[in-house]
Amino acid sequence: MENLTFDLSETPVNTLNHYLHHEAPKGGARKIIVTHPDGAHNIAVGLDCPVEVEILGHVGYYAGGMNKAARIVIEGSAGTGVGENMMSGTVHVRGFASNGAGASAHGGLLIIDGDAGLRCGISLKGGDIVVGGSVGSFSAFMAQAGRMVICGDAGDALGDSLYEAVLYVKGNIKSLGADARIEPLADADIAAVSNLLQQAGMDHAPRDFKRVASKRELYHWNADANQEY
Amino acid sequence: MCGIVGLLVKTPALRARLGELMAPMLIGMTERGPDSAGLAVFTEPLADGARKISLYSGLIEDDDDFNWQGMAHEMKEHLGIDATLKTTGNHAILGVSVDPEMVKRWLKEHHPGLFVLSTGKSIDLYKDIGAPAEVADRYNFSKLKGSHLVGHTRMATESAVTPDRAHPFTAGEDFCLVHNGSLSNPNGIRRKLEPRGIHFETDNDTEAACRFLEWRLREGDDLETALKKGFEELDGFYTFLMGTKDALALIRDPFACKPAVVAETGDYVAIASEFRSLAHLPGIENAHVFEPAPEEMYVWKI
Repeated sequence: MENLTFDLSETPVNTLNHYLHHEAPKGGARKIIVTHPDGAHNIAVGLDCPVEVEILGHVGYYAGGMNKAARIVIEGSAGTGVGENMMSGTVHVRGFASNGAGASAHGGLLIIDGDAGLRCGISLKGGDIVVGGSVGSFSAFMAQAGRMVICGDAGDALGDSLYEAVLYVKGNIKSLGADARIEPLADADIAAVSNLLQQAGMDHAPRDFKRVASKRELYHWNADANQEY
Repeated sequence: MCGIVGLLVKTPALRARLGELMAPMLIGMTERGPDSAGLAVFTEPLADGARKISLYSGLIEDDDDFNWQGMAHEMKEHLGIDATLKTTGNHAILGVSVDPEMVKRWLKEHHPGLFVLSTGKSIDLYKDIGAPAEVADRYNFSKLKGSHLVGHTRMATESAVTPDRAHPFTAGEDFCLVHNGSLSNPNGIRRKLEPRGIHFETDNDTEAACRFLEWRLREGDDLETALKKGFEELDGFYTFLMGTKDALALIRDPFACKPAVVAETGDYVAIASEFRSLAHLPGIENAHVFEPAPEEMYVWKI
């Protein structure tokens, strides 16, 4: 069986997800096409096999959340928490994404062609995120590991309380969060940005990006800081 | 959680279908707000000097069958005015051509259990407890006509589940507001407004925002200036959608804690907490769909 289509105007999301969880790992259809998603929540969450899922339309909350190994393409926009807590695989949003995109992703690649809302990559734990447009405020808040490539602008408090995740921004940064700083680009950064842009199918000069990483001054308690950071 | 919906039709021919297009939007937000629902619809304005008052009798104990005609008759005897009446169960729209404040004073004295939902030349307001589909059915929402409307489905967090605490809230004339979120300083706002003679009807946080913004408009601010003052004074989480006689306005708090999505075509502007309330709209495949930014003002005029 080549392709299998689920029309969510007739079939509940549960049925789709049940197939993806229980039948897809047995090697059923090579590609699953989802029509009329109509903003439904939890589409293609918790996948655990290298299946390909193409969603034709706008999705609601948590699409592709907890993804492992699957390749999910959303031909539309995504609501809150797209690709949150993903472990591996790819989630590609062709439109814009709402708040909390890629939150706490441990691995894999989240690609957003348009803008991402606030708190994109919050608490990132090792995943990679490439955003073709701009990201909202508080993005990469407390991001621990992984990389974000932002081709547009960043809002307020980018990388606040950043740990070891590294952010690359091409456009303007409205403000950096506490303990985040701009650092010079090394060859390894150029290679990393180049590789991520290539995977995302985006064409930008890696040298045009700024590297944002942690000052690591919040790693230890500083009694003299007087609560001012 | 709560659900917000709004619809403004640009094509006059669609005004007859306003309710039909909106009812699925409201029902689509049931999971976000299953306990109460309501909406304000703005119709062709009445002539100068005429007003309509939306009234609700459901707060009167054991009275599901309020005698609206009797009330209008009594009003004619006492005040000497001929009021028009359009009733749907516990709801009535009273049309008068005198100072509406005089009518409201009379209602308070003679029918203190009646709740005034709205006053104005364009606004009709309906709200009640129950699932959105039940409330929509109770008042025939799908038959409503008009240029724009503001709707809400409620999941109460800040005050009790009662009809008067359902949204939309109104203040003054031809102004209403719905809210998804929770304010942290509604009591501070109340303490600021009450000494100015502004009266509150419930303990609901949204009412504070509604009365604050309407007060600014009454003081002469235009909508943009009033909303800017709202950003300065109102603290907490909010997506607010407001309706005036000729516009819908939307703002989100700086943290964008509560969702909103907009779909715009040549025929309409539709606003909802989530896209799933917009998916059924005609031409949605080609609509410009976007997420309104935090701390920005969006105003759509009819």
